[in-house]
Amino acid sequence: MSAALRPDLAIIAEHVAPGTRVLDVGCGDGVLLAALRDKRCDARGMELDPHDVATCVANGLSVIQGDADSDLSFYPDRAVDYAILSQTLQTTKRPDKVLDELLRIGRKAFVSFPNFAHWRVRLALLFGGRMPVTRLIPVAWYETPNIHHLTVDDFRALVKERGITMEQSWFLKGDRLTSAAAANLRAEHAVFLISR
Amino acid sequence: MPSTPLLAASRVLDLAQPLPLDCGLSLSAVSIAYETYGTLSPARDNAVLVCHATTGDQHVASPHPITGKPGWWSRMVGPGKPIDTDRFFVICANVLGSCMGTTGPASLAPDGQPYAMRFPVITIRDMVRAQIALLDHLGVDRLHAVVGGSMGGMQALSLAAHWPERAARAMVIAATAAMPAQNIAFQEVGRQAIMADPDWQGGAYYGTGRAPDAGLSVARMAAHITYLSEATLSAKFGRRLQDRESKSFGFDADFQVESYLRYQGESFIERFDANSYLYITRAMSYFDLAEEHGGRLAEAFARATARFCLVSFDTDWLYPTENSRDIVHALNAAGLPVSFMELAAPFGHDSFLLEVPALDRVMAGFLSQ
Repeated sequence: MSAALRPDLAIIAEHVAPGTRVLDVGCGDGVLLAALRDKRCDARGMELDPHDVATCVANGLSVIQGDADSDLSFYPDRAVDYAILSQTLQTTKRPDKVLDELLRIGRKAFVSFPNFAHWRVRLALLFGGRMPVTRLIPVAWYETPNIHHLTVDDFRALVKERGITMEQSWFLKGDRLTSAAAANLRAEHAVFLISR
Repeated sequence: MPSTPLLAASRVLDLAQPLPLDCGLSLSAVSIAYETYGTLSPARDNAVLVCHATTGDQHVASPHPITGKPGWWSRMVGPGKPIDTDRFFVICANVLGSCMGTTGPASLAPDGQPYAMRFPVITIRDMVRAQIALLDHLGVDRLHAVVGGSMGGMQALSLAAHWPERAARAMVIAATAAMPAQNIAFQEVGRQAIMADPDWQGGAYYGTGRAPDAGLSVARMAAHITYLSEATLSAKFGRRLQDRESKSFGFDADFQVESYLRYQGESFIERFDANSYLYITRAMSYFDLAEEHGGRLAEAFARATARFCLVSFDTDWLYPTENSRDIVHALNAAGLPVSFMELAAPFGHDSFLLEVPALDRVMAGFLSQ
């Protein structure tokens, strides 16, 4: 089941408790929702792209077309056990406010993002002098949806500053887990489980 | 289930009991004209109720008896189609107040004379009451789904909110939970056009040899514009002239769009009753699901048990996406499973009736959940 999932989604799918209520914000074509449905979760999604929403609904998933920046406010407090934001935080206009909303709606939140401080990104910027285009950040600066690049340490600092509890973290290099040691330099991708 | 040819069973149900109405009155001897397609499963759990829009009828996928045109949603309902009649038992009834066999203002009152304006003012919920009476008759306790676009979507919402145990799914397309002022305004123009026609005769035109055809035609012309989009009108007609080289400096239908609208108006009067148009549009303008909950729409769905799917169209300015979003937010607040999307389609409000492949996919997927 999880074998086909993107590595960060596989981690999230593995650590969501079966039978819980989940909201996947920026759920794309619903691959994580489908995996969570197989775990008997009440899994719902929000997605900006109407084509993706149609794909989800055609696959029997409950997904609404909406924008993480503006449409989360309509969910009641503690509506779900887990709010999930995978590869989406860096695309929002106000990531800090989106985090607040995730932790209002969910008891806990999973957040995953590409680490802009990975050494390849640093080298590309240092020696190339151009905005890096890497495997995880594959799109040129002028057409990338990523408007708020962040690093593992940026996220840790924000979480600390806002009094958010860091429950668990996972760091990825390719599709393999890597250690938390020097993750800001060595991790291409990070997944955090947070709560308030 | 064996594949059955698309054979519509056309029937009329005569209700044994009077139908109570929101206005406080009740209506006796109500008839409900309906069609069914496909076969009801032994467990009676595969019924899909399709609710028609303002001037629609029960001929959802069978030829219209007057115009001979294909059923109004034959692209959606049929064997192997998104609402698959090989799999589902599809029910479509003419709404209360209409004129295609269900009791309406043209029907005979107990005194043997047509009701005309003595027909009570009805609501969307009254229409659904008649649908529920039909479901009771058919032995369908819980619908697999209730489906509707425009006024049909309002009925689907009303059914899911007021008869929460009767539907497992509600598909609501290009609709609203409360009629917006702009729509009330357009419908008032239509009603005034009918009532300003001297042949309307206070509504008592039946049997007089005169009917408010001019008024009804104008009402239809005005309404028809609201179903389309500026882009559709421009692409289809532009400023092109109708069968002439230059403007006539008169008031004939110089422009193709004028000719088209006149045709729409004239063909409408052959199949629709002017008083039905008054009553049905009145019911729509009264529609506000949140009204009896102090404006809190989420409370209207407090007892609902259905999964919902809402669809709007980006060019629909009559029931714009905001109307659907309001419903989605209320359903979210009520904790109900809801899907929603705004589909791109060029045809304005009428998109739900036309070629929008994404809608087909969504419909088929939602019904198969």
